[in-house]
Amino acid sequence: MKKTGAQILCESLINEGVEVIFGILGGSVLPIYDTFPQYTKLRHILVRHEQGAAHAADGYARATHKAGVCIATSGPGATNLVTGIACAYMDSAPMVAITGQVARSVIGRDAFQEMDITGITIPITKHNYLVTDVTELAKTVKEAFHIAQTGRPGPVLIDIPRDVQQEQTDFIYPDKVDLPGYRVISRGHPSQIKKAAKLINEAEQPVIIAGRGIIISQAYDEFREFAEKAQLPVAHTLLGLGSFPGDHILDLGMMGMHGTPCANLAVQNADLLIAVGMRFDDRATANTEEFAPNARVIHIDIDPAEIGKNIPAEVPVVGDTKSVLTALNEEVKKGEHVDWLSQIEQWRCEYPSLEIRETDEVLPQYIINQIYEATRGDALIVTGVGQNQMWAARYFVYTKPDSLISAGGLGPMGFELPAAMGAKIGRPEKVVWCIAGDGGFQMTIQELATITQEDIAVKIAIMNNGYLGMVRQWQELFYGRRYVGTKLWNPDFVKIGEAYGIPGIKVKRREEVIPAIQKAMEYPGAFLVDFLIEPEENIYPIVPPGECLARFFQPSKPEVLEGRF
Amino acid sequence: MTDTRHTLVALVEDKPGVLNRVASLFRRRSFNIQSLAVGGSEHSGLSRMTIVAVGDSAQIEQVRKQLEKLINVVKVSDITEEGMVTRELALIKVKTTASTRSEIMQIVGVFRANIVDVAPGSLTVEVTGDEDKVNSLLRLLRDFGIKEISRTGRIALTRGSSS
Repeated sequence: MKKTGAQILCESLINEGVEVIFGILGGSVLPIYDTFPQYTKLRHILVRHEQGAAHAADGYARATHKAGVCIATSGPGATNLVTGIACAYMDSAPMVAITGQVARSVIGRDAFQEMDITGITIPITKHNYLVTDVTELAKTVKEAFHIAQTGRPGPVLIDIPRDVQQEQTDFIYPDKVDLPGYRVISRGHPSQIKKAAKLINEAEQPVIIAGRGIIISQAYDEFREFAEKAQLPVAHTLLGLGSFPGDHILDLGMMGMHGTPCANLAVQNADLLIAVGMRFDDRATANTEEFAPNARVIHIDIDPAEIGKNIPAEVPVVGDTKSVLTALNEEVKKGEHVDWLSQIEQWRCEYPSLEIRETDEVLPQYIINQIYEATRGDALIVTGVGQNQMWAARYFVYTKPDSLISAGGLGPMGFELPAAMGAKIGRPEKVVWCIAGDGGFQMTIQELATITQEDIAVKIAIMNNGYLGMVRQWQELFYGRRYVGTKLWNPDFVKIGEAYGIPGIKVKRREEVIPAIQKAMEYPGAFLVDFLIEPEENIYPIVPPGECLARFFQPSKPEVLEGRF
Repeated sequence: MTDTRHTLVALVEDKPGVLNRVASLFRRRSFNIQSLAVGGSEHSGLSRMTIVAVGDSAQIEQVRKQLEKLINVVKVSDITEEGMVTRELALIKVKTTASTRSEIMQIVGVFRANIVDVAPGSLTVEVTGDEDKVNSLLRLLRDFGIKEISRTGRIALTRGSSS
């Protein structure tokens, strides 16, 4: 029996195990939407802006380890997806984005809502397709999911002209893909693994840098065994938080621009760095010229192009972290590193990472830490971008796998609300806290309507300081306190929530923090807490731009900033 | 590390947009292409691209690995260090007068180039060879006045039986 392109798309999605699609319709996807009622297995979540669809698919993907799916119409629908696709690309999240395109007969003629979305998304997708023949559609969907979900995951876009959606052909879903130019190296080369093990066994001051690759390949057990067996302290990139228990004696917390002093000092003084599933992002390394000057580097990553891109590696191991760590665990010897670990303990005591000053003001660090206490770490934390993100990274202790979802690479403000939505839909049994800033919250605030319409029980904590806080902090520290364009007039977020059908409370005093968190957790549905935090609270420490990791500034170390103005 | 010219040879799927993907990657990563030539290969459905890029060896290795990540790119090799045969074709339209025509034809003969079009006031020379040969001929013809040049850019294969 012949099926239309729209039916073939839906059947193919079901074949791929898709359950949820985030999207908004428009003229060029009407045939697809018209077909949805025939496929009740596919739940469509109607968002309020396509950026929300892409971030929600991303949040869903990171929470479930399955490709998230979003759909938008041609032209502006497709271009509105761009930020969300770019975000998934930078953070290696599996996603399949489907866009409608104008009919084939008018492609290239600047038709209404025609936009070259495959051209636009070349640099932000792992691959993309314009399907010009309905007989290619099933094969294309098969390939798209394969590419999105294997190797280093990423977004794949499929652009489908409206008339292709309506054209008919026989539906046969292929069981294999034929991609001669796509190879995934999943097993590390045995001789490289031996070389790596030798360096690890001989190192005196080794440090692991744990990245998102461990989380992507769900190598938590293998990674923990590795660190424990060889007694290797673990520093994390932002997206590596949650790959190793944050309360473990070997855990140093996050490294980088706002990393813990302990992690930064350990990395900077290491004689061996074992980078696992990470890409030496500049926010993690700070100044690369002075980065870990005495360290030899083992770099384990599934993407060969990451090796040597930012930091040269003496021993590269290309492969899936789970497979490589399993092999490494056979080769590494039990380690001790007594002197090194006691030096690290000294730094940890000198610079306690969870220290929060006593005050009546509502401090964001305290809020995050109390959310940790209230959930006992068993929650999905979905952050925005900026100070809220850094507080969430630093003051929640990530003791469980998969507990942080944050936009690390692209850093799009407004990620938090739609991504939290997607995460909650993917993992309905989990408590999901959306940590927002008052600036970013207003970039995707319209998704509050989606949350109510689809009854998505996310808990929203707004770190409301009346500023674009991270930029204000930079203006304070590096631009002579000249606050340009960072002061925000804000609406009453509790009233906004109410208008969208979401109850909430405002918190103005420290003693109201814990009851507010409790109330949010006890409420069965979505709940919003507007925390009026200390307006000029900063995230410390901070490694000023251009400095090395060891030169972090905090109020007790003013000398780092001397002479900067 | 010093910048040198590298010759990369890529086997790519013969599909719409592949050239765009490759060019976009070079632009996006700030890699410099000196020439790019593409045409059919011995495999049906696959084209061979010859790219001349300038950079140090770490940069070029990064280019190679980034190119290999493109789904439509099947294989990329940096053949700079291997024995290779390289050729370029150029068409050169030179001004002529009754008095210069024979001299130009003589030079063309020395370079084993061909005259492929003769018109009043100009003739068009076809020359094939490595870039040095093409450049040398151009230098000599410049004195007569060059009206137009079209060059293909380098194409290359490794010598002998390799790959």
